[in-house]
Amino acid sequence: MSDNFSGTGPEGRFHEFLEEGRFMIQRSTTDGAYVFYPRVVNPFTGADDLEWVEASGRGTVYATTSTSRRPEQGGDYNVALVDLEEGPRMMARVVDIPSADVTIGMSVCAAIEEINGKKVIVFKPVGGQS
Amino acid sequence: MSKTLRGKAACIGVATAGVGEAPGRNSMELMVQACYGAVQDAGIKMQDIDAVFAATAVHAMPAMSLAEHLGIHPKFSDGNNIGGSSFMAHALTAAMAIEAGIIDTALIAYGSNQRTAGGFKSVSEPMPYEADYQPRMPLTAYALAASRYMHDFGGSREDLAEVAVAARAWANLNPEAFMQGPLTVEDVLGARMISTPLTKLDCCLVTDGAAAIIMTRPDRAKDAPKTPVYLLGAAMQHYHRMISAMPDLTRTAAADSGPRAFEMAGYAPSDMDTLQLYDAFTINTILFLEDLGYCAKGEGKDFIKNGHIAPGGGLAVNTNGGGLSCVHPGMYGLFVTIEAIRQIRAAAGDDEGQRLDGGWIPNARLSVAHGNGGVLSSQVTSIWGHPDTL
Repeated sequence: MSDNFSGTGPEGRFHEFLEEGRFMIQRSTTDGAYVFYPRVVNPFTGADDLEWVEASGRGTVYATTSTSRRPEQGGDYNVALVDLEEGPRMMARVVDIPSADVTIGMSVCAAIEEINGKKVIVFKPVGGQS
Repeated sequence: MSKTLRGKAACIGVATAGVGEAPGRNSMELMVQACYGAVQDAGIKMQDIDAVFAATAVHAMPAMSLAEHLGIHPKFSDGNNIGGSSFMAHALTAAMAIEAGIIDTALIAYGSNQRTAGGFKSVSEPMPYEADYQPRMPLTAYALAASRYMHDFGGSREDLAEVAVAARAWANLNPEAFMQGPLTVEDVLGARMISTPLTKLDCCLVTDGAAAIIMTRPDRAKDAPKTPVYLLGAAMQHYHRMISAMPDLTRTAAADSGPRAFEMAGYAPSDMDTLQLYDAFTINTILFLEDLGYCAKGEGKDFIKNGHIAPGGGLAVNTNGGGLSCVHPGMYGLFVTIEAIRQIRAAAGDDEGQRLDGGWIPNARLSVAHGNGGVLSSQVTSIWGHPDTL
């Protein structure tokens, strides 16, 4: 039985890793399939075979929206779905460029930043300023 | 595929209450008002109800709260909450329980005073792995789906706007619809941008409203004062809860629920006289027309052009004005179902109230009521028919 059944659960572990500055996802020890978001058991097979591995951080924007917000509250912001190079998709924010300039198919790279005081994964356009 | 449920339960009563704005009334009071109306419409007594189905966005245990308020002691209840499609799921479960001999007469109900109580509310918990990015759920999810649809198939904001324009045209024929008056593509495009590519007018209304229906055994339905409308087929499917877990943002689980519901009913999509499709956002209608088999994937944006789903067009879609222009009190599924049923009853000669010319579809015998819940998550397709379609 993996340690997914005892101690800090997968969600807590994911955030602990982020606090350590690491972007970790899960992988099946059986067939190598990658999993995000972090699960207790493998969502493809139901098996207890998930281990933590470092994500490459490379991804591609799958869908994107620029959410309107008043300038005094911080202005418009991006919410995107990013397909990780390893396969899984995650919600995230593409930063460093105007939210409306984020396009589907854009190559992006992960970084750890704070939103509202909490460390989260964000993505930056590859080749852009960082 | 099972056909055992086909025609094994019928709707004999429907009612809505507080559609639009109902100041001073709480969600439960509105829901009870709709239940009273449905019981009157069905010509039964409140105490004839032996099963209660309810889901709301504000009650933890709505079936019990509702039954208690009504003073009935159901021997079966179901508060299944899979979002706005819950009520199509309730109809399926009610038919199962009726066919199994567990119950005789089911009440399905919903109510919300969200508009006068200050806006959209939900008991939904924040989604892990999403909430940190401050998505405005459910809006953000539908905006993401629309972005992907436009990318994959070349759809435009104008295409989305056509859906809202058609819905308003239907609303203009329906005095019960909350929004009335002319609406153009330019109006939709020029409205306040909420989350690209969706403007305020690509989004459903935020209204008050309650709805209730009564379902019973076929032998009892024959005695009802109005035309009994039979549940001919129903099926559900869901793939995900969070939009980030949806496999393909342009293909919903309606592609699975639809074919199974039509197969149970023994009818094809093209046999439907009216289509009631849960339009929380303009992209919904396009996706559901595709996924339910009315056009190929990616062609929905062209299919709806030139008023094809507007009054006088080729297909009668969302004939009450939809969630976009008639009513959307948080969860809209039961209103979808009621419109499907009322079109069949009106065509059969029952008094369903006045609509402008074209608002009631002549000779409507078959309607599909398709429900959507969560963020394009739960999909439940139900097919309703006149007694002659059995």
